[in-house]
Amino acid sequence: MTESEVFLQQVIYGLSNGMIIALVALGYTMVYGIVELINFAHGDVFTLGGFLALTIVGALGAAAIIDPGALGDTSNWLLLFGLVIGAGVFCGGLNVAIDKVVYKPLRRTPKLTQLVAAIGVSFILINVALFWGGARMEVFGGGNAAAAPKDFPELLETSNLLGEESNVMLRLEDVAILAITLPIMVALTLFVKKTRLGRGMRATAQNPVAAKLMGIDTDRVISATFLIGGFLGGAASVMWALYNNTISFQMGFRAGMDAFTAAVLGGIGSMPGAMLGGILIGLIRAMSDQYIATEWTNVVVFGVLILILVFRPSGLLGLKQREKV
Amino acid sequence: MLTRRLLSVLALTALLSPAAAFGQEGGAKKDDTGGDGVIKIVSSLPRTGSANAQTTSMVNGIKMAIAEVGGAIGSRKIVYEDWDDASPQRGNWDPAVEAQNADKAIGDPTVLAYIGTYNSGAAKISMPKLNAAGIVMVSPANTAPSLTKEGFGEANEPAVYRPSGKVNYFRVVPTDDVQGAVAADYAKEIGAKKVFVLNDREVYGKGVAGVFETRAKEIGLEVVGVEGIDPKASNYKSLVTKMKQAGADLVYFGGTTQTNAGQLAKDIVSGGLRAKLIVPDGCYEKAFIEAAGNRALEGRCFITFGGVDPKLLTGKGKEFYENYKKTYGGEPEGYAVYGYEATKVVVAAMQRLYEAGKPITRATVLEEVGRTKDFTGALGTWSFDPNGDTTNRTMSVNTVKDGDFTTVKVVN
Repeated sequence: MTESEVFLQQVIYGLSNGMIIALVALGYTMVYGIVELINFAHGDVFTLGGFLALTIVGALGAAAIIDPGALGDTSNWLLLFGLVIGAGVFCGGLNVAIDKVVYKPLRRTPKLTQLVAAIGVSFILINVALFWGGARMEVFGGGNAAAAPKDFPELLETSNLLGEESNVMLRLEDVAILAITLPIMVALTLFVKKTRLGRGMRATAQNPVAAKLMGIDTDRVISATFLIGGFLGGAASVMWALYNNTISFQMGFRAGMDAFTAAVLGGIGSMPGAMLGGILIGLIRAMSDQYIATEWTNVVVFGVLILILVFRPSGLLGLKQREKV
Repeated sequence: MLTRRLLSVLALTALLSPAAAFGQEGGAKKDDTGGDGVIKIVSSLPRTGSANAQTTSMVNGIKMAIAEVGGAIGSRKIVYEDWDDASPQRGNWDPAVEAQNADKAIGDPTVLAYIGTYNSGAAKISMPKLNAAGIVMVSPANTAPSLTKEGFGEANEPAVYRPSGKVNYFRVVPTDDVQGAVAADYAKEIGAKKVFVLNDREVYGKGVAGVFETRAKEIGLEVVGVEGIDPKASNYKSLVTKMKQAGADLVYFGGTTQTNAGQLAKDIVSGGLRAKLIVPDGCYEKAFIEAAGNRALEGRCFITFGGVDPKLLTGKGKEFYENYKKTYGGEPEGYAVYGYEATKVVVAAMQRLYEAGKPITRATVLEEVGRTKDFTGALGTWSFDPNGDTTNRTMSVNTVKDGDFTTVKVVN
């Protein structure tokens, strides 16, 4: 491989990984923007999305699993979209339910109480995933080793789009991630900018009391935010499973940490910031793996984060100084 | 008045209670000098996380060994406790939990033997503690050479694990200086020229990868890169690209299923790196196949293991295999027989003490286990050397076929 091929390859991997991180980061940043809560359970809601996706694939039968493309290209794309919607709706609903049951009664308590509650929810969800991993299904290895990482089947054709001779690998899954993530991000931006509910969100983020006085149903706005944030997490979990072909009860930990870092890097509370932060982290990871050493990648990522926070305490695209945890 | 009186009473109780506790401890200590209380054997193995299936299998082996002597030595009942040294936060062994387990064993005077650990890194935590307390520790699975031999790790190893100056740590499994070398030899045998060596930055993984690297250079393989991976990364596609650029035709990964060997195997395939993969015995468990999926392993991945497939055991080993299947109704994992052998050697030592009419205490058990010589067990006939290592040197190279391990080579 020539130097430029290597560089191009790392850009592809960095972008694909970064887009997934960005989707998860959006969930963190939206919730923080509205209720100023670092939703530590978000990463674990994401995990459960992955488990749901694998369960659906398992229920659909072995044909799709053993031979990628066995259902025909169109049906595999349909399955993928179905999984994105299914996991998205499931995670969105779960997020709303968590908000209603746990966070809402604590809304007026000190921020620290809510934070601890979020960590508690996170532990509960991790254990739910552990139980789920023991499901007596073939895709879960018969449920014999509940905690083992689970193999997620290839849903799309795995050949190299640039030709088998090419040194640079571009697979359908890289394209799928872009093709699914970008429209979601555009739609989200338009939604927040143009719709009535979106305006309500921005108003609530700026000043909840004033928004309420202006007749905005802030409870509804908060629920909608949790719903959308959860949906993005669910969609991201399917992207993750498609790309890494693995799900495990701990996948939300690393994804959540990367995404939270991305959200802070971009400026927590800012949606374009989360997208930019996610993509940046993906690229930094790829470049550091290639040109420095994998041992140092985490150091590089957090080093960059610290540098940016020193010079721009509110993050790259953060507007104003906010209270941080 | 009343409150002051109450306070003084409270203060008195507070003063007295540690003394009371102390007295109790002193009383129970009597057992240790050869009384007739229970004999407690504990194991400290990872119960939380993907190694659990392997642990269940080892624990079954331990229970079988105890059941075979009728669960008692003379009139003293053997009580076995199965402790977890992992935590959900790590999904893997946890230094804090392992330290806690060692302290708990030391604090309980009826504990006469400690079976564990699974991970060499965990052994580093409990070894010095148990050594100072004089409790015998037998590991069914630790393979890092530095735990018992000089010249493999830091300058202060292994002396730092033996504060009392005596050997209290034994293992029934061949060490990685054998295993890493077998892997390198096999790499050459299957035609590798340029190898890329990875490790998971843990004691075990780094150790075995280091031995592989040294041996590979000795036998004329070109080492085109050495890196430590992040075991929690979501994927290794970028690293695979780097290995592709280096022109590697074989990847060696010193690591375990828990440190993401499955993901690495997959990314080598999806990243288009046409290279074979060799991994050590930390991946010799069904969870590894489950994590990596058949398509990433079949025909391209080889797993070395300090012993042979339970199905291929002979003599007492075959008896063990048959009994295991009868008792638990399933195939044992690779380490089940080591759990069995580790316990068997301890129980046999206690039995010898009993027959000789000697007291069974921490000190005598420790000494007697060390005397184990020409022991005929499930793994053949072997002895403990002065370092506490087994003289057994049997290794096997395995591959994956139809979702299960098959042995391709046995090295003696």
